[in-house]
Amino acid sequence: MSALTLAPPDVMIPVAARLATVDKETHDTFTLTLAANSREQELPAFAPGQFSMLYVFATGELPISISGDPAERGKLVYTVRSVGKVTHALVTSRPGESIGVRGPFGTAWPLKESYGRDVLIVAGGIGLAPLRPAILHVLRHRGDYGRLIVLYGARSPQDLLFRKQLSAWNYVPDTLIINTVDYGGLSWRGNVGVVTTLFRHVRLQPARTTAMVCGPEIMMRYVVRELLARGLSDEDIHLSMERNMKCAVGFCGHCQLGPYFVCKDGPIFTYGKLKRWMDRYEL
Amino acid sequence: MIKSKNLVETLKEHAFLAGFRPAHIDRLAAMAHEVHFERDQVIFREGDESSFFYLILSGKVALEVTALGKTLRVQTLREGEELGWSSAMETSSKHFQARALTVVRALAFDGARLREACEQECAFGYALMRRLLSVVASRLQAFRLQLLDMYSPEGPKTS
Repeated sequence: MSALTLAPPDVMIPVAARLATVDKETHDTFTLTLAANSREQELPAFAPGQFSMLYVFATGELPISISGDPAERGKLVYTVRSVGKVTHALVTSRPGESIGVRGPFGTAWPLKESYGRDVLIVAGGIGLAPLRPAILHVLRHRGDYGRLIVLYGARSPQDLLFRKQLSAWNYVPDTLIINTVDYGGLSWRGNVGVVTTLFRHVRLQPARTTAMVCGPEIMMRYVVRELLARGLSDEDIHLSMERNMKCAVGFCGHCQLGPYFVCKDGPIFTYGKLKRWMDRYEL
Repeated sequence: MIKSKNLVETLKEHAFLAGFRPAHIDRLAAMAHEVHFERDQVIFREGDESSFFYLILSGKVALEVTALGKTLRVQTLREGEELGWSSAMETSSKHFQARALTVVRALAFDGARLREACEQECAFGYALMRRLLSVVASRLQAFRLQLLDMYSPEGPKTS
């Protein structure tokens, strides 16, 4: 193994940050804000799309994408769905408690490369969380980009994340936000249908569009089909992958996907890099 | 109410008919009449005889299914989409209930006349059926994905 792949030792040591707020987004999803523990401590900057390893002391550590505004320094924001022991411990932690943080790690959404281009965001479920920093960046630098289109699908109206923000973003010029849910009750008057059905309602300019996609892998597979059918190239489609990340620095190999380690070569990949490896059995 | 000349233009611009031959557009225009539905109006019910085929011009329609005493919205349709493809099948009845979620403006086509036109001119019938098949295929695909329940905390259903 080359020396370059060995992580410096401090990357493996969590830094204790203070849990500032815990906000309920949906019945099982919460947004956590971490702040510095002291005046001397400075929380690291991050690029949209990156993740941290969050450590609940005495419970365990897991990778969580950063969902906050990259321009807001001094805090780190994460949106976490409570689905297991560590995530449950995270979302039931109380403000003031310490959470261990390593990172940020991984590749970022191609925001510099997308200057002057239309940005198409396609998100499913909790997949909106890692895309929110990219959306916030584009909104903050609105003049640097073409149209911003966000297509977002969730399981039900109760599962839609950041609902107030989504509504507010729709009023920004050249910005189109369309939500849909897989199942709607009679009180829901919005769109019903999987996220791929929303493509019928947008007209893309494939040569000048960069797509950023995050959600369950099966959703991304069908979204990619729609994007390719509309003329986007493999290199203009960017996907955020999820694997069993442990060390987060390409050392342990738990998150290997074909020739890549998702933690350090990803989590954001172009479809061109991934297409041989997506949906391969036991990969 | 749309005048007959404008009706042709309206049909030409409708996404469902993109690439349709002008002569076929004229044929459809001769059969079309404009209809309006009020918010919450049931356009047709599951099991109804499939009498009309609609091209939605504005507004939003929900497809609903009732099971175990509950009504579930399974898809919404908007301008540029079609509603009531089963009217193209002689022996078919409506598979879902359709309800206007907003005020809806549409062009309606009598299913029997539409089928007759397809029989009379096979090229027209083939062009229309190709589009309908595409709609049916994409809805089938969408329903398959819905059945997987992709966003479930347990992950997609695989068995």
